[in-house]
Amino acid sequence: MTEQAKDKVLDNSLKRVHKLEAKGVKVFYDNFEAIKGIDMQIKANKVTAFIGPSGCGKSTFLRLFNRMNDYVDGFRMEGEILIDGKNIYKKKVNVEQLRKQVGMVFQKPNPFPKSIYENVAYGLKIQGIKDKKFLKEKVEESLKQVALWDEVKDDLNKSAMALSGGQQQRLCIARTLAVEPSIILMDEPTSALDPLSTAKIEELIYQLKQKYTIVIVTHNMQQAGRISDYTAFFYLGELIEYDKSKKLFTNPEKQQTENYITGRFG
Amino acid sequence: MNNIKANRLKDQIFKVWGIACTLLGLVLLAIFIGSILIDGLQRIDWDFITSLPSRKAERAGIYTALMGSVWVLVLTTIIALPLGIAAAIYLEEYAKKGRLASLLEVNISNLAGVPSIIYGLLGLEIFVRVLEMGSSVLAGSFTLALLILPIVIVSTREAIKAVPQSVRDGSFALGASKWQTVARQLLPASFGGILTGVILALSRAVGETAPLIVIGALAYVPFAPESPMDEFSVLPIQIFNWISRPKHGFEVNAAAAIIILLLITFLMNGIAVYFRNKWQKKLG
Repeated sequence: MTEQAKDKVLDNSLKRVHKLEAKGVKVFYDNFEAIKGIDMQIKANKVTAFIGPSGCGKSTFLRLFNRMNDYVDGFRMEGEILIDGKNIYKKKVNVEQLRKQVGMVFQKPNPFPKSIYENVAYGLKIQGIKDKKFLKEKVEESLKQVALWDEVKDDLNKSAMALSGGQQQRLCIARTLAVEPSIILMDEPTSALDPLSTAKIEELIYQLKQKYTIVIVTHNMQQAGRISDYTAFFYLGELIEYDKSKKLFTNPEKQQTENYITGRFG
Repeated sequence: MNNIKANRLKDQIFKVWGIACTLLGLVLLAIFIGSILIDGLQRIDWDFITSLPSRKAERAGIYTALMGSVWVLVLTTIIALPLGIAAAIYLEEYAKKGRLASLLEVNISNLAGVPSIIYGLLGLEIFVRVLEMGSSVLAGSFTLALLILPIVIVSTREAIKAVPQSVRDGSFALGASKWQTVARQLLPASFGGILTGVILALSRAVGETAPLIVIGALAYVPFAPESPMDEFSVLPIQIFNWISRPKHGFEVNAAAAIIILLLITFLMNGIAVYFRNKWQKKLG
């Protein structure tokens, strides 16, 4: 192996470590600058939490990774977002393909007004998969992954709207897992749930990080501390501090971070 | 204390006035339906529905007009439905919000307010003359389709709009394209609402008289239409024709035909209400 090839291998493995990367990212809504130049690297198979007061741009930033801002009126972006070293904002990138790789769970559980089975199978069906046996197995596997299978296995044809909020959210996670993404983005996934359901989701996130890279936006500092390996603090569209969660919550570098996590503002 | 009493009195007065206003319309409708039923009910039998028109009032039936109405209704649906739904989907999901979109929007609302006789003139020029359809069922259906298109578009848009944004987000996030999201999520979820709007639009079309007279639908057709290019009559024109005749027997016929026409529209409205309720439950 030549020196150059060795360098390249080393390069790639470094990129593997950094699953997601933002380079000089700015986001504008018309003339409003929502993200003011952020550089950031997110590690594979870790849970990274985004915290910060409302309107700080953390949700906007999260939605850059699966291009969910594309449909927002007036949205404009500068800089690069890289996944496994590839810029996902290049013209030839297939957005649908990208979103199969980067799953998303939303703030409010948003099951489709269809049956439980159809909810989980949807992501596969739109890829053109029609094999009933495969779909069935995949639905079962995904529901088992989120520990929902035992609760709903006899009601797969019932409407997902009839489930409780916590069950709906786990269903939405199952639906995301079914298409086998490598990254899961979570936008305040427990903010609409009761404490018991929240605990179940947190437990689930802890297990999922073995297989997936997880980025989670949360307003709940305790939650960020409990479940995340890394935490990023955003304020007014800027990344103020980004560190191991233990470090950031016990001994933050910046005064602003300390003020926020101790509840002095925000 | 006096003030409170005065306010209560005003409250009572308004309440009574409000009830009177509400009842006025209903009472008039009841009187109307009552008198029609008294005049026409005894005339309705199977023969009345299946008989061809005749110069003798007691032998005349509504068969050709009823079949004409059915033909027009079916063809109008076939024409207006795909056009209206496609336009609504485009405006709601694809069109960029901007000046052009709001211009389109305002004008579609304007179209819904254009008097129906104007549509008749438009239909006469375009479908009957330029496209050489003649005074056929097809020309009539195209004309009525134009007439109800704005209603179909507006109500379909409302129904699609009522599907929560979160459903779209969820679908896109799983890698669905826009078309997949429309076809597999939005249309099924808004189906009831769309159907409601379409049925209400059609129940308006079935009662339209003026535009069809303008394009040349006949008051007297000896046979029911057998193809889209045949001449035709519809129930409202038949009623109009009978009422304008001097003989008392035709008046009775008209009343009976009105009952049939009302039955059809009430039935359609009933179906629309049924679907609306069912659909609201599903989304809620």
